[in-house]
Amino acid sequence: MIIALATSQAAPGPGAVQTFLHAVRHPGPVMLMTEIVVGLLVAGTIGIAVMSRRLSESTRRELWLRMRSWWVMVGVTLLVILTRYEWVTIACFALLSFVSLKEFYTLVHMRIADRRAILLSYLAIIVQYLWVWMPWYNMFLIFIPVYMFMIIPLRLVMAGETQRFMTSAGKLHWGLMAFVYGLSYLAYLLVMDLDTPFAAGNRGLLFYLIFLAEFNDVLQFMFGKTLGKHKMTPHISPNKTWEGFLGGLVCTSILAVLLRFLTPMDAYHALIAGILIATTGPIGGMIISAIKRDVGVKDSGTLIPGHGGVLDRVDSLCFSAPIFFHFIGYFY
Amino acid sequence: MRNWLLYLWFLVIVRPIARLLIGVSVHGREHLHFSEPTIFVANHNSHLDAAVLMDLMRLRDLPRVRPVAAADYFEQGPIRNFIWKRCMNVLAIRRDKVTRSCNPLQAMIEALDAGATLILFPEGTRGDPEKLGEFKTGIAHVLAKRPRTPVVPVYMRNLGFAMPRGDLIIVPMFCDVFIGPPRIIEGARPQIMQHITDAFHNLVVLADAMRPADVPADDR
Repeated sequence: MIIALATSQAAPGPGAVQTFLHAVRHPGPVMLMTEIVVGLLVAGTIGIAVMSRRLSESTRRELWLRMRSWWVMVGVTLLVILTRYEWVTIACFALLSFVSLKEFYTLVHMRIADRRAILLSYLAIIVQYLWVWMPWYNMFLIFIPVYMFMIIPLRLVMAGETQRFMTSAGKLHWGLMAFVYGLSYLAYLLVMDLDTPFAAGNRGLLFYLIFLAEFNDVLQFMFGKTLGKHKMTPHISPNKTWEGFLGGLVCTSILAVLLRFLTPMDAYHALIAGILIATTGPIGGMIISAIKRDVGVKDSGTLIPGHGGVLDRVDSLCFSAPIFFHFIGYFY
Repeated sequence: MRNWLLYLWFLVIVRPIARLLIGVSVHGREHLHFSEPTIFVANHNSHLDAAVLMDLMRLRDLPRVRPVAAADYFEQGPIRNFIWKRCMNVLAIRRDKVTRSCNPLQAMIEALDAGATLILFPEGTRGDPEKLGEFKTGIAHVLAKRPRTPVVPVYMRNLGFAMPRGDLIIVPMFCDVFIGPPRIIEGARPQIMQHITDAFHNLVVLADAMRPADVPADDR
C-alpha cells in the first residue's frame, strides 16, 4: 500500500481505502511498468510450462531454475525501486556494488599484500554512495577516478610488495570503476536534478534503464538460441551471436520508444537511448566473459542459481548506466 | 540451556560474518551431517576455519562438535581463552609437555568415547596463507585406537585470504568449502596417512576444476 501510494498520481478525497483503490485503478507510470514486468514474468513462466513437454529434462530444469531466479531478482529489484525511502534504494545499490566487487576480487585472484588496499576499496563504496545520498554531484563524479586512483596505489606502495604491483593496482582500480563507479550511477539516477519535469519521476528513469538492460540480455539470449549463426567473439563468449545482438537491438529500441512514458524523453531521443543501452550492455557482458576466460571459469560465482554469479547479471549495467545517465543529463 | 553461549556466539557473531560479510559456498554439504562421533580433517589457514565449518553444521549438532587446538596457543589471554573455550567448545591439547599421564592423543580418544565429534587440523599450524602443509600423524594414532571412527575430509579455500595468520582484520572475499564423503580408514599408520592425503588431494582437484588456482603472471 505504501508502494502504491508512493507511485500513484495524487489521489482525491480522504480515507486510506479510497486512496488505495484510486491508486490501483489509476496507476502512475511506475506502477503501470510494475504491472508490465510482473505480467512478463507470468507470461514467461506460462511459456516455459507450455514448452516444457518438448524440451529435454536438463534444458527444462535449467530453464525453471533460471525462471525461479528471475522471480526472486525481479521481486527484490521492484521492492528496491518502489520503496518510498530513497536511502533504502541507495543502500541496496551500495550492497550490490559490494557483492559485485567481492565476487570480482575472488574471481581475479589478489595477492595477500593487497588485503589492506582491498579493504580501502570496500570503504570507498560507502563513501561513493554517501556522495549520492547527499547528493554531491562533483564529488560523485571525481571521487573514484581521481582520489581512489591515487589512494589505492598509495596503499599498495605502503604494503611494500613490488612483485606484480601493476597487476594489482590495475585490478583494484578496474573493479572500483566498473562495480562501484559504474553501478553508483544507477543510484544517482534517483537523485539527479532534471530541468524537464515528468510524471514518472526519477524512479521511472531507474526502472527504464534496468528493465531495458536486463530485458535486452534476455532478448539477445533468446534470439541467439533460435536464430544465432555468426559468432561475434568465438574465443571469448561463444553464446553471443550477431543475430542475437541485432534482434536485441531492434526489439530493445522499439521497447525504449514505447516505454518512454517513464522518462522525459521524446520518441527520437528514446530511440537513441534504446540503441545506446542495447549496444553498451553486451559490451559489458563480453568484457566480463573475457575476464572469466582469462581465469578459466564458466560462471563468475554461485550466488544466483541458474545464472551463475552476480557479475553475470550486472555486467550489462555497469557500462550502460553511466552512458545512459550522461545522455539524459545532457538533453534534459 | 547449558549451550546458550555457544548458540549466541554462532547465531549472532559467526553467522553474519560467514554468510553476509564473507560469503561461503559449500560443496558436499550432505557429508556434514553425522550421527556417530566423527573426525573432520580440515586444512588450516585462518582463525575462521573452525568457526566457518561449525557454522555450516546443523545447530543441534554443535554442542557435540569440538575443534582440537593447541593449549599453548590460545591460553595467551583471557578474551582469547574465553572465546575458544566457552564459545567454540575447543578441546585443548598440550603439545609442549607430553608425559604418559598427559598425552594429547589420550584427550582426543576420551572425547570421542564421550560422544564428541572432533575437528582436526593435521597441518598443525595455519602456516603460509593458502598453502597446504604436510599432515602430522596424530590422527593415525587416534584411528589406530578407535578404528571404526568415520573420517570426513574438508578442504577450505580463500579463508586464509579473508583472515590470514597474524592479522585480526577480516577482508571480505568469497570462500569455498569442499567436503568429501565420510570414510572408515583401516590399516597401518602410513596407509592411513596415505589414504587421508589422497582423499584431500581429490578435493583439491575438484576445487581446482571449479576454479583454477592462480598462475603467476610470468608463467602464463
